[in-house]
Amino acid sequence: MKNLKHRGKDKYMNPYVAGVLLGFVIMAAFFFSGEGLGGSGAFKDIVKTTVVSVAPDYAAHSHYFKSATELDHSPLKTWLAFEVLGILIGGILSGAYARRLNLRIEHSPKITSRKRIGFAILGGALFGMGSQLGRGCTSGAGLSGMAVMSVSGFLVVAAIFGTGYLLAWFFRKLWI
Amino acid sequence: MAPVFEQGSEVNLIAALLIGIAFGWILESAGFSSSKKLAGVFYGYDFVVIKVFFTAAVTAAAGLLILNQLGLLYFEDVWMPTTYIVPTIIGGVIMGVGFVTGGFCPGTSVCAAAIGKIDAWAFMGGILLGIFFYSFTYESIWEPIRNSTKLGKVKIGDLIGLSEGMAVFAFLLFALFSFWLVDTIKKKYNIKDVEY
Repeated sequence: MKNLKHRGKDKYMNPYVAGVLLGFVIMAAFFFSGEGLGGSGAFKDIVKTTVVSVAPDYAAHSHYFKSATELDHSPLKTWLAFEVLGILIGGILSGAYARRLNLRIEHSPKITSRKRIGFAILGGALFGMGSQLGRGCTSGAGLSGMAVMSVSGFLVVAAIFGTGYLLAWFFRKLWI
Repeated sequence: MAPVFEQGSEVNLIAALLIGIAFGWILESAGFSSSKKLAGVFYGYDFVVIKVFFTAAVTAAAGLLILNQLGLLYFEDVWMPTTYIVPTIIGGVIMGVGFVTGGFCPGTSVCAAAIGKIDAWAFMGGILLGIFFYSFTYESIWEPIRNSTKLGKVKIGDLIGLSEGMAVFAFLLFALFSFWLVDTIKKKYNIKDVEY
C-alpha cells in the first residue's frame, strides 16, 4: 500500500495522447520560431565547433566546414543545439518523475552488453552519416518534414522504416 | 505573424530550449527512451513508434494548415525542406540500417541517455564518429550525391494532385489505417511483449 501515492506515475503515456501533445509542440516550434524539431543537427554543430577550433586552416578549405568558419558566433549557438539540450533536460525531468533514472545497458539477454554497445556505436555512426546525406534524421527530416507535408519528409520516413523492415530478420537476435 | 521570434535572437534560443524540454518530456513519457520499445516496431511486439509518430505528424500538419488558413502562418516564412530525391533515399536507407542495429535515432538517443541508458551514450558517440567520417570524406564521396536530383520545395499534395486540405485528410486516413493494421497484426499473430 505504501506505493499507492505513486501508482501510475511509472506507466508510459498513452501513445495517441503523446502524439497529439507532440503535434502541438511541433506547431509551437513553427509558430514561435519558424523551425521544425530536430535531433541530428546538434551533433553536426558539435562536430563543426570541434573541427573549426582544433583545425581552423583545414576547416577553411573544406567544403563541409567552410560556412562554419565564416560565422560571427560559435557554430553551437544554433536553434537546434539549444532544442537538443532541451530534449536532454526534458528527458531527465520525465525520467525523475516516473522513477526511471538509473544507469544501465539495456539489451536482450541473448546478447552481451559488449555486443549491444558495439551495435549501438555502429547504428549511431550510420545515423550520423545518413542524416548528413539526407539533410536530417527521423525528427528533423521525417517528422518535421511531414508536418509541413513536404515530399522529402515522406520519402525519408519510407526509406528509414522500409529499410528497417527489410533487414529486421537479419538482426532479430539483437532484439528478440 | 509567424514566426513570432526573430531568427538568431536570444529569445528564440530560449524558446528552442523550452520546446526541446517539452519534446524530451513527451518522448521519454511515451517510452522512446527504451531501444527495446523502439525496436518493437520492426518485430511487431510494440508499435508505440508508429502510433506516436503518425499522430504527431497528422496533428501538426492539420494544425499548421489551420494556422495557415487563419492567416497566422505562411509556409514561405517558416522552415520547409527542399526535396532532393536520391540523397534522401540513400540517406534514409543508411539511417534505416542504423535504426535496426542501434535501436535509436538521434533524438531518442538523447532522451534515453538522459535517463541513464549507457547504450544511448554509445549511440550518441557513434553519431559524432559518423559525422566526423562524413565530413572528412565529404568532397570525395558525398558532395556530388548530396546535391543531385533536386526537386525543390515540393509538397506531397502538389505531387499527387490533391489540394492541401485533401492531402492532410488523406494523410489522416493513412495514419488511421496504419493504427488499425498494426493492432490487427499484433492480435492476429498473437505477438507477445518482449520482457528484459
